[in-house]
Amino acid sequence: MILSAITFLPLLFALVVLLWPNTKTLRHLALGLSIIEFLASLAMLAHFDSSTASLQMVERFTWIERFGISYFLGLDGLSLWLIMLTTFLTPIVLLGSWNSIQDRVKGFLVSVFVLQTAMIGTFLAMDAIFFYLFWELSLVPMYFMIGIWGGQRRIYATVKFFIYTMLGSVLMLVAIIYLMFMTQETLGTMSASLLDFYRLKIPFIGGQFFTLQTLLFFAFALAFSIKVPVFPFHTWLPDAHVEAPTPGSVILAGVMLKMGTYGFLRWTIPLFPEASEYWAWLFMTVGVIGIVYGALVAMVQPDIKKLVAYSSVSHMGYILLGLFTFNQFGMTGSLYQMLNHGVSTGALFLLVGMIYERTHSREISKYGGLAGVLPLFTIAFFIITLSSIAVPMTNGFIGEFLILLGSFKAEKAFAYVAVTGVVLGAVYMLWMFKRVFFGEKGELVKDEHHPLHDLSCREICVLVPMVVMVFWMGLFPNHFLDFSKASLDHLVADRSNYQLAIMGDKAEVKAATTAFNKAEASQ
Amino acid sequence: MSHQTLMAILILSPLVGFLINGFRYKKHSAELSGSIATGAAVISFIAALLMVIDLIGLPPEERKIIVHFFDWIAVDRLKISAGFTIDQISAIMVLVVTGVGSLIHLFSIGYMHHDKGVAKYFAYLNLFLFNMLLLVLGDNLLVMFVGWEGVGLCSYLLIGFWFTDKEKAAAGMKAFVTNRIGDAAFLLGMFVLFLTFGTLNFQEINHMVPTTSELTWLAPITLATLFLFIGATGKSAQIPLYVWLPDAMAGPTPVSALIHAATMVTAGVYMIIRLNPLFLAAPNTMAIIAGIGGLTAVMAASIGMTQWDIKKVLAYSTVSQLGYMFLACGVGAFGAALFHLMTHAFFKALMFLGSGSVIHAMHEEQDIRKMGGLRKYLPYTHLTFLIGWLAIIGVPPFAGFFSKDEILWQAFHSPRGHWALWAMGALGAVMTAFYMTRLMALTFWGKSRVPKETHPHESPWIMLLPLIVLAILSAVGGWVGIPHVISEILPGQPGNLLETWLEPVIKSVPGVAEGDPTQEWSLMGVSVTLAVISALLAYHFYVRDPSKPKKVAESLGKFYELVYNKYFVDEAYFGWIINPLVSLSKGIWYYIDVNFIDKTTYVVADLVRGGGQFVRGVQNGNIQQYAMYIGLGVVATMTYVLMR
Repeated sequence: MILSAITFLPLLFALVVLLWPNTKTLRHLALGLSIIEFLASLAMLAHFDSSTASLQMVERFTWIERFGISYFLGLDGLSLWLIMLTTFLTPIVLLGSWNSIQDRVKGFLVSVFVLQTAMIGTFLAMDAIFFYLFWELSLVPMYFMIGIWGGQRRIYATVKFFIYTMLGSVLMLVAIIYLMFMTQETLGTMSASLLDFYRLKIPFIGGQFFTLQTLLFFAFALAFSIKVPVFPFHTWLPDAHVEAPTPGSVILAGVMLKMGTYGFLRWTIPLFPEASEYWAWLFMTVGVIGIVYGALVAMVQPDIKKLVAYSSVSHMGYILLGLFTFNQFGMTGSLYQMLNHGVSTGALFLLVGMIYERTHSREISKYGGLAGVLPLFTIAFFIITLSSIAVPMTNGFIGEFLILLGSFKAEKAFAYVAVTGVVLGAVYMLWMFKRVFFGEKGELVKDEHHPLHDLSCREICVLVPMVVMVFWMGLFPNHFLDFSKASLDHLVADRSNYQLAIMGDKAEVKAATTAFNKAEASQ
Repeated sequence: MSHQTLMAILILSPLVGFLINGFRYKKHSAELSGSIATGAAVISFIAALLMVIDLIGLPPEERKIIVHFFDWIAVDRLKISAGFTIDQISAIMVLVVTGVGSLIHLFSIGYMHHDKGVAKYFAYLNLFLFNMLLLVLGDNLLVMFVGWEGVGLCSYLLIGFWFTDKEKAAAGMKAFVTNRIGDAAFLLGMFVLFLTFGTLNFQEINHMVPTTSELTWLAPITLATLFLFIGATGKSAQIPLYVWLPDAMAGPTPVSALIHAATMVTAGVYMIIRLNPLFLAAPNTMAIIAGIGGLTAVMAASIGMTQWDIKKVLAYSTVSQLGYMFLACGVGAFGAALFHLMTHAFFKALMFLGSGSVIHAMHEEQDIRKMGGLRKYLPYTHLTFLIGWLAIIGVPPFAGFFSKDEILWQAFHSPRGHWALWAMGALGAVMTAFYMTRLMALTFWGKSRVPKETHPHESPWIMLLPLIVLAILSAVGGWVGIPHVISEILPGQPGNLLETWLEPVIKSVPGVAEGDPTQEWSLMGVSVTLAVISALLAYHFYVRDPSKPKKVAESLGKFYELVYNKYFVDEAYFGWIINPLVSLSKGIWYYIDVNFIDKTTYVVADLVRGGGQFVRGVQNGNIQQYAMYIGLGVVATMTYVLMR
């Protein structure tokens, strides 16, 4: 029951919020509920068995029998931390938007909770149709979030966001339906279960584009690439981020982009192993382009939020690069970097939101000398900057190091280009930092009539968990990676014939343990 | 106390100091903040001393204290532990770092007395010490890298300490970014090593290095060492990445002494010494290191001869002296490099602190054209600076003489050496003697050019004490490494203590021959004589005949301009790399993102909309028009059927 609870509690919370009569206590209520959800996810973490790669805590009921569609939730090391990230960020987002969202609070809170269900469902669903449902559901609250609580060009941004993502998803739906028909042919009955998809032998012919596996591969990959976003599908992101309200940006960057990279990890790579391997060069190339391109464009942005948005493009490039190395280092690094990016970029958006609340401007050139006025804010911003540029002892370093090591092992040329991102990352972040925080006081900072106030207690409460995570994840990565190790080992070792067993299911346990032993032995 | 506890105290004490001062960052009391920070540094020094005493107690071959705290990263074969080692090499370094570090902390109490951000300053200083200890003690490359980036970060924070000044903030950023270029190469070096040896642990790597040397350029060890060396050129300010160090003088002067002279900038040299068996296996890399080192030594010294800012002169001098250390590494004289690293830490920290004392006395004036005759006002500073001067120009028996002489001798004598390398070193020594004497003369000697409204005063004892201790070390610090030819004629034949100490951990160059004493004596004689002549010349120029330098500069014309403007290297970097990169970025943003990708999607959107509009136009509900479509359809179908 625990996975259903984790997934649908937020939906229930949305209902509670909707029916709550007292508008004054709405925020307190929502915060409390989101913390309950976080505690529930901690209970899930406590129940997690990190020694196995099998699916755990599985819940499976037939939903539409004729098409083999089922209500199917399952958890393993690939999805565990993404769910934790989602439940961890939600209370922070709610607390962070305490003052910035003033009108239609109820609608906003409902959106956040519906979105949470959609995101968690995406990570837990093991049935393709069920997955698709959550995947698309996540668009709706975000569409409203940007469209209602966004900035000046919010309608343009939100429509662009919606259409871009929708376009990719439609092709994925076609591919899912095709795979369902394939299961009917090979297994006798139609099934939308991902585990049955894994059993399919999809013919692959290298060198020809219009062949089955390649086409299916690209149908999925396109949907995920747009979500990530991968160069050249990234242009919706800066607009969406700049127009989105702070909580929208945090959730978008923190979790929703990971739905794309998670999709690669869970769907594309194990479902289409040959095509993935054959086209790895393409994805590593666009990953590397993303790293460099995102960094260069971020460098010249006049708007802080846009800069952070482009830095996301650069960071997501690293994750993509790592995924397609197909080795332990790269894939572990990518999984870790997904969490790191959630923490550091999420925190950056929160910080940008905090300063925007004070000055109502995000233009870098209007700032300057902020360090002398807001010392605590400066310290927090600096620590998160360090995480973003991957200084050792922060979380970013572990991910970036592993990804670069993995790509160096897989294909040196990519690592040589990607490593320039290490330098460029420092350039754009520190240059921005210098212009905003150092030097003489800028026009917004020296305004005598509106003296700026340093972080409030509420804001400190928002940022402290983020800062703690930055160092915790940087100093003790094993506390996190140990949970995902078995699943990643299994994926790397048995990628060409990937099967996922369900824990407790006897016949499948055996298969999984042999696979796992093989992974151990191959080390 | 167990070694585990001692090591924890040694490393964590500055971190605790950092946290205490960090949480009271608003406080203004220099005494209290300074005492906390200095106390933390001294505790580290004592812990290090206790460990080194234990180390000495062990038999030479077993001198190694390894402490393992926890597993940091464990992914597949990559197993990195938070482990730390004290052996013969790190023992010297850790004593220098914590010892000189403590003295500089002490000096800072006086120097930063009036600064408002004093708690923040001491917090950063302690944080630096913590990271430097990680760098020095780490038992694998990745832990070293943690410190390596950490000290760079602290350097960034301290250079930009007075951040309201735009230029200082820019200098900090320049330092960090330049270092990052090196760090990126360092990462690549680690990747090559890990994929070659399957480990990043120093002992394991050094143990696994093949005995045969690699002769090709792209062989793994050569490649790895080249990358690591690029990393070292960033941190240790060598060509082509030295440009950040002179700008780094924007930071408070004690910072320049600690970070940009005595400790952090020597990290590159230290890393190479740590991996000396690995570097020895790559003769091509070694040749490059020696060449770059020699070239840097000469080039930086030449710039040093023309600068007017007291700290800039010392900064270029540091770059030049670091060049010597790399020259030594490049010819396989790792022991000599470590020796010079140590003596340089003494005399350069001394001179930087001395310059701090001068700047303090002159109310923040740094231009040596506005000084002169300060000997009268600052007797102690002058005396200690004088010892530093004697040490750096290599007058026997001061510290610099022994270490520099050993480097020059090895550059000539080692199988990896060359007479040209010796010549570069000797030329550098001549120029060093010149610019240092020039600095002495313009600052302390001759007529006073101090503006009337300035009243120089000697610094308080808290600043003088570190100067005196460092002066003593600069005077006698070289005696631990007396060359054999001199040792033989001394009473009691003390021998080369340092060489004996380092013997188990420093691999010697294969095929090294017994030195010819006559040759060694004569080379020593030549370099010392040349340096003394050069110093006398400078004395003549700047004290006896102050009009002379201008004439000489004018007669050199364009060449002087070139050197005075530091060979226009900064301008070239900006003009050829940085500005084009910014323009390129603006270009790709504007043309690719905004105009190409977005416009393409608009075109697609317009096509869809246009298509929709067309189809909508067709369905307008007008019966006559529908009838016409039907008619046209019938005609078209009939035509098709009939014509077929």
